[in-house]
Amino acid sequence: MKSQPEAKFVRGTPLDEKALKHGKTFSVTYVPKLHYAWDTGEAIGRYLAELKEGRLIARACRKCERVMIPPRMFCERCFRPTDEWVYVKDTGKIFTFSLCYVSWDVRRLKQPEIPAVIEIDGASPGMGILHVVKKIRPGKVRIGMAVRAVWKPKSQRIGSVTDIAYWEPIKK
Amino acid sequence: MSDRVAIIGIGFTSLQPSTPHASFKELMFEAAQKAYHDAGVEPSEIDSFVTCAEDLNEGLSIFDEYTPDQLGAVQKPMHTLTQDGLHGIADALMQIRSGIAELVVVEAHSKASNIKTPEWLLDYALDPLYNRPLGFNPHALAGLEMNVFLHETGIRAEQCAQIAVKNRTNALRNPIAAYPLALTPVNVESSPYVSYPLREAEIAERADGCAVVVLANEKRAHRAQSKPAWVCGVGFANDSATLESRDWVRAEYVRIAAERAYRQAAIQNPRAIHLFEVDDTYAYKELQHLIALGLYSDGAEAGRSVEAGETKPDGKMPVNVSGGVLGMGLTLEASGLYRIVEIVLQLRGQAGMRQLANARIGLAQSWRGVPTTSGAVVILGSE
Amino acid sequence: MAGRKVAVVGAGMTKFMHRALETPKELAWLAAKPALDSAEMKLNQIDCVVVGSAPDAFDGLHMKGEYLSDGCGAWKKPYLRCYVGGGTGVYAVAQAWFHVASGLFDTALVICEEKMSSCLPHPQAAFLTIFDHITEQPLKPNLLWIFALEQNRYMQTYGIALKDIAAVSVKNKRNALDHPAAQLGAKLTVEDVLASEIMAWPVHRLMVSPTSDGAVAVVLAEEETARRISDTPVWIQGVGWCLDTTYWTNRDLAYPEYVEKAAWMAYRMAGVREPRKEINIAEPYDPFAYKELHHLEGLQLAPKGQAPKLLADGVFDRDGDLPVTPSGGLLGVGNPIAAAGLMKICELFWQLRGEAGKRQVPGKAERGVAQAWGDLMQVGTVVVMGTREPV
Repeated sequence: MKSQPEAKFVRGTPLDEKALKHGKTFSVTYVPKLHYAWDTGEAIGRYLAELKEGRLIARACRKCERVMIPPRMFCERCFRPTDEWVYVKDTGKIFTFSLCYVSWDVRRLKQPEIPAVIEIDGASPGMGILHVVKKIRPGKVRIGMAVRAVWKPKSQRIGSVTDIAYWEPIKK
Repeated sequence: MSDRVAIIGIGFTSLQPSTPHASFKELMFEAAQKAYHDAGVEPSEIDSFVTCAEDLNEGLSIFDEYTPDQLGAVQKPMHTLTQDGLHGIADALMQIRSGIAELVVVEAHSKASNIKTPEWLLDYALDPLYNRPLGFNPHALAGLEMNVFLHETGIRAEQCAQIAVKNRTNALRNPIAAYPLALTPVNVESSPYVSYPLREAEIAERADGCAVVVLANEKRAHRAQSKPAWVCGVGFANDSATLESRDWVRAEYVRIAAERAYRQAAIQNPRAIHLFEVDDTYAYKELQHLIALGLYSDGAEAGRSVEAGETKPDGKMPVNVSGGVLGMGLTLEASGLYRIVEIVLQLRGQAGMRQLANARIGLAQSWRGVPTTSGAVVILGSE
Repeated sequence: MAGRKVAVVGAGMTKFMHRALETPKELAWLAAKPALDSAEMKLNQIDCVVVGSAPDAFDGLHMKGEYLSDGCGAWKKPYLRCYVGGGTGVYAVAQAWFHVASGLFDTALVICEEKMSSCLPHPQAAFLTIFDHITEQPLKPNLLWIFALEQNRYMQTYGIALKDIAAVSVKNKRNALDHPAAQLGAKLTVEDVLASEIMAWPVHRLMVSPTSDGAVAVVLAEEETARRISDTPVWIQGVGWCLDTTYWTNRDLAYPEYVEKAAWMAYRMAGVREPRKEINIAEPYDPFAYKELHHLEGLQLAPKGQAPKLLADGVFDRDGDLPVTPSGGLLGVGNPIAAAGLMKICELFWQLRGEAGKRQVPGKAERGVAQAWGDLMQVGTVVVMGTREPV
């Protein structure tokens, strides 16, 4: 039967960026109008309310004894409702991190953002949340480093994960 | 090895115009718990999971990222279909018949209340080069279709209005319906045109809810604690996506899907089926879909049938006893699963005030709404 | 395995390009037609169509699957679109496999398409919407974050050096020079890769696959039909897929358990007990260079943390003991998300029939594994294909 296609049988017309920019190719532009207002539900609703108060809260499952953050009303391992709210600390350890020189909308950054997964003290081991680290020279960040949340002033907190402005190293 | 597949458990939340108390995860957990309890299974026994969802209905990309935990599906085979729940049922059946799974769960939900720009969302589904630049309200596609459908079939607008009356009224006896109303023909015919000849009262309104269905192979089905609802036949099909080359009068996608389902179920005469739950997102669609299902030979017969009350709950051929999408609410990709819920309840004798005396075989049909020509058919039987 | 035997009998693809002139529908057609032609089949011999396409956000369409359907030959046919993020390209074959294995359909056309270039100002920006809308998006994360976080964890846990990872880019981009559809084939050295700008440490630019436009298609058939169509059908011996928890920040990313579970599901079905010995070619998903190594370990083709050493020893070269990504992969051929996974399936198809031209691995390969990954470091999708019929 037929063998794999040689180059001339592999179709497709690569378009030069310049052709598009200088209007040599017809195109249609559209800006979608897609607005959503998501119900946070019980678990995340409470999480956000506590963030506004300057606190981190988790949910515990008595069966597997895990303290979970971000909180959820169901334990995904035991498949049963979680049992209670547990406040956890606003300190933790860097589980992993990166130094990112590109913004979400593809701009080059001079100073890198430092995203990290931070294992939260008081939650079960390995329970991390995504956030950003600041106030440290990029070359000094280490996995395992102890960090603490730096909260926005109360008047600026709105019930969002950004009520924590960033995490910074805990100086010994 | 037997080929037979059955639904052994259903779980669902009641439908409401909005559900501010719960995130989609929490709705899913509620429906899943109910379904697994109904089926008498633990999630750890389930081999595979299917979610029917579209990213942009949720406002999240790669929506399957967010589905396993609340269904007990962590580190299990799970995938999304960007299709209606009835396609999900077909998918589950194929998995079971292939031997790769004995128990499969199908989930679908709607958080339509969280979509603040629903018409713009539908606009985003239109062909970006040929259709979207015209800037019309997507309901106009239904208006266009209704117009030519009435013209070609001779069905009258008043007969379509009666569908809306029937289904909203039927919903009064359905405790989980979101839009029960003792509607009258005058109410419908005096409601404003949204897109002539389609009136506002003939367009289903959106509702939130979640349904979960557990399917099993024959061996597991015989151990089920509730009476299994056997999947006698499934079919799904598309007509053309392109507006300019599709059939505007006939719901071909239903005709093709139904032919496959009837063949599998060895049904020669669809009138042998006791109840029908078909899509009525726009009132005229119920008639268009019934014709495509082979229940009427032409428009005149369909019109006469409506006038004679044949499709009412006490009629010869009850259609949308649940209230249909008009009465229950439009639940995006979960619409098909809520049709299944009604049929399973009827087959089990659990349909309360809506219980039909003779309910041993039922047909569910779904359509994915404008601008699609995508639909599916599932036939369930108590034997 | 209770179902019918299923084989791949035809394959076709478009070029992978940074930006294509063709619309998504046209790209789908340009892949589907050669796939049918290669099997000498007509559309009316296709019983159903299965499509895989990842986020609708890129092509700029809601219900993208519906729009694509007629470009995919699904007019008046059973049709559905399946979706597991980046895992879609390989998963679509599993989906079509059970369409046919179940007995409901004798033949299936599988098409994976992606037109990422539609998204302005840059498709990368659309990836913002894959993160949790409430707990993550406000931090304005981008896709580089999650890969870099994982790569760092992987390197730290097993003591892997950046140069070991750079070697994957070198191998794959060199392999891609021999692929007729490749967007980014190149002759590079490890130094070139390490000298490329840091995107998100420890990820360098030449370790990242591009966004691309492209489409790929394969034809599946049940046993009797397959034999009529082809003297050398390539049998689907095993399929597996696995989805891990949403809560990726509660998991240790150093090892992809979800790939291991998907792999064993496929290996069990295929009767493979010692993957390292019984698999002759591997096409793991390589959106980032380290991912190929990460996935090889999940696929049980290298012990945990040891993939870099095997790569350095030449085991994974095209003429090595276990050729890995002879196609050139996502790094070399391109990454139109779902199409990229199906491209790997095509590679196995051509390799196992001795039709891979300049990319052909030496010896008589009998069995290969293709794997894709997706979501928030969550999904593993695996297909085992071979020249021997499943038992």
